[in-house]
Formats: sequence, C-alpha cells, structure tokens
Amino acid sequence: VKVAPAIKTASTVWLLLIGITCLSTWGLAGGSAGVRVASTAILLLAAFKVRLVLMYFMELRTAPLPWRALFEGWILALTAALLICYWRTP
Amino acid sequence: VFIAADMAMFGLLFFSFALDRLKQPALFEASRKTLNATFGGVNTLILVTSSWFLALGVEEARRGNLPQLLRHMAIAIACGMAFGCSKAIEYTEKLRAGISIFSNQFYMYYYALTGIHLLHVAAGTVVLGVLWRRAQTATAPASQQKVIEAGACYWHMVDLLWIVLFPLLYLMG
Repeated sequence: VKVAPAIKTASTVWLLLIGITCLSTWGLAGGSAGVRVASTAILLLAAFKVRLVLMYFMELRTAPLPWRALFEGWILALTAALLICYWRTP
Repeated sequence: VFIAADMAMFGLLFFSFALDRLKQPALFEASRKTLNATFGGVNTLILVTSSWFLALGVEEARRGNLPQLLRHMAIAIACGMAFGCSKAIEYTEKLRAGISIFSNQFYMYYYALTGIHLLHVAAGTVVLGVLWRRAQTATAPASQQKVIEAGACYWHMVDLLWIVLFPLLYLMG
C-alpha cells in the first residue's frame, strides 16, 4: 500500500508521542533514576512532545516566522521557568 | 490569536503552580503522591491519539475525501468523550476519598487546572461535533477546509496543554 508522506509523518509523530508518554508515565516516574534527574527528564521530554504537536499537528513548521517564534518562545520560556522553580525547591 | 492568548494564560497558571510548590514542597509532594498517574498517562494517550486522527482527517479533507474526513473526525470526537469519562471517574474517586478543591493548595491547583482543561476538552468536543455535522451536509467540502483546520488547531492546543499539565501535576516529584 502506498502511503502519502503527510500521513506517514503524522503517524510517526503519533508513535513517538505514545512511546515517550509510556516511558515517562510508567518508566521514568518511580524508576531507579534519581527523582530530580527523572523529573527533569520528564519535563524536557514533555517540552519535546509539545514541540512535536506544534510543528507537525498544528503545522507550525510551515507557518510564518513570527508565529513560529512566538510558540517556540512559549515552550522555551515555560520550560526554563518550570525547571528553575523545580531546581530551587529545597 | 485566540490559541496564543489561551496558551499564555495556561503558561502563567503553570508558572504560578511551580512558584507555590516552591513554598510548600513537602505538602505538594505528599499530595501529588495520592494522584493516580495511570489515569493521567492513559488520558495523555487518548488525547494524542485523538490529535493524530484529526491530523489525518485534515489531510483527507485536503484531498477532498469527505467520507474519510468524517470517519477520522468521529474517532477524534469519541476520544474527547473518552477523556471526559476518564476524568469523571478520576474526580469521583478523589471526592470519595474526601479530597476536594478546598483540601489544600495542591488540590486547589489540581481541580482548577484539570477543571479548566476539561472545559476546553468539552468545548473542543462540541466544536468538532458541530463541524462534523456541517461537513456532513456541506455541498462544497472545500469551503469547510479552513474552518476544520482552525478547529483542529484548537484541538491540538488542548492536547498540548495536557502534555505539560500532566507531568507537572502527576509525575514530577
């Protein structure tokens, strides 16, 4: 069966999202890695998932640059803010 | 523009949660442990699957394949409903355990953030339902293209917000 490239891309992204979600939920959380390292990895993976959804499902990768910059900035600012708060927690 | 404003609002709420967690880490951590990560994880799987079907649907619409668009949209809508059901079960479980929005600051965030998000899911499901009906009766499917893309974008945003909300509330210890 010949599959259109757009459908192939969307499906690859979906598989990645599913895989990372399972890894974070049932692997990293409560896993053998240190809590802080695991939590940081979970947050960074979530940021990566958000970027996948923005770029491929919301098709931001073909959007005008200012829009793209705005949303990429959102991920970056939010991830940085959350990580700083997390690491400063005693 | 609406999507950007909504994301900015959620961004501030997430940040505010992180700031308050900074003040009472022990309370937040103890409360977090009472949440059931499996519910959150399954809900994530439901939403990303929903987004995937909708993305495929939009692709079908571009090729003018109306029956395939309707089929994919219907599955995406069903996923939205499944998310709602799962949340209802989760809330019932929490309330039965005597945990409400007033229990402590962590649960205040838990109910407020997941509640506002659930409203978005409900609104998105209704919007997709309306678009589905309109696409069904459309004489010129091409005219529906832009509206469906806008609806899909909103739906993907709802998915994306949950992707951040879930680890923040349920997973990060």
